[in-house]
Amino acid sequence: MMKSLDIKLWRELWDMRMQALAIAMVIVSGVGIFIMSLSTLDSLYETRETYYRDNHFAHIFANLKRAPLSLVKRIEEIPGVDKVETRVMAYVNLDVEGFADPISGHIMSLPDNSRGLLNQIYLREGRLPEPGRDNEIVLSEEFVQAHKLKPGDKIRATINGRRKALTIVGVALSPEFIYQIAPGAMFPDPLRYGVLWIARQPLATAYDMEGAFNNVALTLSRIMPGGANEQTVIDRLDDLLKNYGGIGTIGRKDQFSNRFLTEELKQQRTIATIFPVIFFGVAAFLLNVVISRLIRLQREEVATLKAFGYSDFAVGMHFIKLVLLIVSLGVIIGIGVGIWMGKGMSNIYMVMYSLPYMIYVLKPQVIIAAALISMAVAVMGTLYAVYSAARLPPAQAMQPELPAKYHTTLVERLGMQRWLSQPTRMILRHIERRPLKSLMTTLGIAMACGIMMVSGFQEGAINYMVDVQYGMSQREDMIAIYTEPASKRSLYSLQSLQGVEHAEGFRIVPANFKFEHRFYRTALHGIEPEGSLYRLLDTNLDIIELPEDGVILTDYLAELLHIKTGDMLTIEVLEGRRITVQVPVAGTAKQYLGLNGYMRIESLNALLKEGYALTGALLKVDDRYQRDIYAELKEMPRVAGVVEHNSAIESFYDTIAETILFFTFISTLLGSSIAFGVIYNSMRIALSERNRELASLRVLGFERNEVAYILLGEMALFTLVAIPLGFLIGYGLCAYMAFQFDSDLYRVPLVLGINVYAFSALVVLLSSIVSAIMIWRNLADLDMVAVLKSKE
Amino acid sequence: MTESAEKTDVPMDNAGSDKEVVFHVHGVTKVYQMGEVQVHALRGIDLDLYKGEFAVLLGASGSGKSTLLNILGGLDSPTDGHVQYAGGDLTRASEHELTKYRRYHVGFVFQFYNLIPSLTALENIAVVTEIAKSPMQPEEALQLVDLGDRLHHFPAQLSGGEQQRVAIARAIAKNPDVLLCDEPTGALDSKTGIVVLEALQRVNQELGTTTAVITHNAGIAQMANRVIHLADGRISQVDTNETRLEPSQLSW
Repeated sequence: MMKSLDIKLWRELWDMRMQALAIAMVIVSGVGIFIMSLSTLDSLYETRETYYRDNHFAHIFANLKRAPLSLVKRIEEIPGVDKVETRVMAYVNLDVEGFADPISGHIMSLPDNSRGLLNQIYLREGRLPEPGRDNEIVLSEEFVQAHKLKPGDKIRATINGRRKALTIVGVALSPEFIYQIAPGAMFPDPLRYGVLWIARQPLATAYDMEGAFNNVALTLSRIMPGGANEQTVIDRLDDLLKNYGGIGTIGRKDQFSNRFLTEELKQQRTIATIFPVIFFGVAAFLLNVVISRLIRLQREEVATLKAFGYSDFAVGMHFIKLVLLIVSLGVIIGIGVGIWMGKGMSNIYMVMYSLPYMIYVLKPQVIIAAALISMAVAVMGTLYAVYSAARLPPAQAMQPELPAKYHTTLVERLGMQRWLSQPTRMILRHIERRPLKSLMTTLGIAMACGIMMVSGFQEGAINYMVDVQYGMSQREDMIAIYTEPASKRSLYSLQSLQGVEHAEGFRIVPANFKFEHRFYRTALHGIEPEGSLYRLLDTNLDIIELPEDGVILTDYLAELLHIKTGDMLTIEVLEGRRITVQVPVAGTAKQYLGLNGYMRIESLNALLKEGYALTGALLKVDDRYQRDIYAELKEMPRVAGVVEHNSAIESFYDTIAETILFFTFISTLLGSSIAFGVIYNSMRIALSERNRELASLRVLGFERNEVAYILLGEMALFTLVAIPLGFLIGYGLCAYMAFQFDSDLYRVPLVLGINVYAFSALVVLLSSIVSAIMIWRNLADLDMVAVLKSKE
Repeated sequence: MTESAEKTDVPMDNAGSDKEVVFHVHGVTKVYQMGEVQVHALRGIDLDLYKGEFAVLLGASGSGKSTLLNILGGLDSPTDGHVQYAGGDLTRASEHELTKYRRYHVGFVFQFYNLIPSLTALENIAVVTEIAKSPMQPEEALQLVDLGDRLHHFPAQLSGGEQQRVAIARAIAKNPDVLLCDEPTGALDSKTGIVVLEALQRVNQELGTTTAVITHNAGIAQMANRVIHLADGRISQVDTNETRLEPSQLSW
């Protein structure tokens, strides 16, 4: 048997169902995004951990020129090392029938009859190559899917200068290539980059690596001997490989694919923290407004209940229950929405990253936290109003509240009064009478606008990065990458190809940059000082003149190293004679991708005490000859790979278009739920508070639209103030996210196009208009007769 | 119902028959559906109100007097019957036409004043004069109710009687054709009530505005030209006062 107080509760909830729903929607958004981001985060962690563990993902990785297999024993002897696996790997050009663009491939050796000791591949389809077979490969799934290939199909590869037909026998994924991106590329492009695995013996033969290796991976013992840790192992391995052309040993945290995933997880965590805070804050405010109003309307009922002997606690609990009912509704729907969005996000990640599976993890504590946080915030938001209602002595509560006191507003006192009609004065005075509430309402609407801007920001940032990187800085059509340093003459042979309008050589050497105790391992680029294809830009995007001496650093690298222009940078070159030099920093360059140092190519060559050498060339070509040039480059034994950005960018946009649509849809839903929640509730409350005076005005001969002006005019004013304020908040949110997302892999530019502002404002305006239409309908029900017969 | 209604006409007072008719109420009934129950608020009212007269509609609570006033004021429409105002039929008017009717022709005074709390006395009047056709100055209207010195007070700063006088000033400021007052002294003590009634009388006499006051207070009836008694939704009796008392002479 339900208690009569509870029956009252359910009826009141039903009477205010639209308002309750509008608040619940905001809670749904908060809980949804909280559960979505945290469950995605947990799922990614769990999936990554499981995948790494099951496939024995290595802890430490190193590339080198060539070392004999006998070195393995010495590597195994390094304290702390558990398992060691050596491999042969190389970059090759691939050819798929019917696809004319250049494709680069990363080929790796597989031990006989094994998926590898470490970094085991995850065989999705087919089988492993037969030992010793030089024409059987396992190919990465993304590539296979992008080209609609299947086991049994053939592709061609140029392995160490010799073209060879290879049969796909298996399709696989690898924990080493969760994020598959060609070296130096900005975006993953599965059409133009693939990873393939082949039996070790034929690959070793092709690259003169019989009895040798050029790649090593190892795992660390679970229990490390005294004094040994990851860094000491890395240092020892570096030492060992120095004489074998080692170009740097890295730990798992610096492994490229793993790094990207880690950055992505960091972004999820940022989203998981800031957005729910906003939603829960708005929900608390709305509940406060609605419950305060309800309590004011029920003063006499409260008094009656107390006169009958209900305790303060019972009365207080009555209202708290109402709050909790609304919150529960939001939490229950929010959990469902959160799981749905979380699964959606996880699937997007599974596809975006090459993960073999996705273990969707929804920890009970995430759900419990979502429920507890929303309830706690809601109760805190309403506690004061409930407390004062419960505490009100019955006799006092029986009395109607004193008539509202108003004052002339500041605007009017400033002498603008005569331009304001009476209804306009009513609007202004009503706003001024409750400055805090007006402010919070405006802030709530502004939040909606700000949240909307975040989704637009990510897309705009990507566009801007592409524009700057490939429109202003790197302006070549193609990059030809050499197998090894070559003389300047190689440039002439490229220039002589028909259709090549211009060619510029560059040299890249791996290097370790050190300043004080900080260091960063990257590459030193030598470029043409007067070049037109590769230009460094300063913060204002003006071209930087390359100095005769000194090195220009990516701005973020300079920050990381805490180094300023004029300071001496220590550069340890990681190839050739492995010299260490001191070079002054001549300036910094704005770059959104990667961290590098730049010098004039002749200065770099002089520094290395070598003659003029290049490791690749940038080409500007005539579109009409593009295909022919690819074909020619593929035939050149010295050219290891060809990179072409434009098609990569296009295909990247194709891949992310759907993802961006998903995010825009979700954030529009979230933004409008806040806007609608705040605006509709504020209007409903205003209507309830001003029901009497609006009905009186109707009696006095005001039309419905004239009365609506007073109510909607106030909200229009809030909305109009909220939109620019929302722009500020949105800018701040985007700036915070951009700052949080910054890493040495990429920096997110804070660029907000006019369209981002316009779209956010539009969504807020539309929510406002929808609320206004609903209120307009309510205004038709104003009871003119009843209002004349009742006191306030 | 028309023919039979005519036969049951309550005899009209002859004193006013030569005057211009402002309202012609004919066979008006009003039935409210209150859940399962039908409430007959008005059971066939026939009544004429004349230009410039001061009429009091007297009746106990539930007699239907407020319903009648609301119908006259265009706030409510009858279930059956007709109300003619200046030749037009109010019962056939649209919502928009009723709004215009209230806006340009009717002045209302309510029991609980219904002032706008966020507007000062002067502004409460201006809110009406701004939308009227040929209003008086708001200050002038306040002078008429002896509140010339309270122009810039907000309702919260005025006493009940003062608030009601502001409400009267607001009602007359548009120069309405009729002034409809629903228990104007209902919420006031007798002393304050008299001040308010004096204001109503003065408006009626000086401006010649047709005034209908509903009350359950028989004392007030003595200041009217005519007293229309209502009981159970019917007009039970119509009296004409040969001699009208001044408000100050009333007792209740």
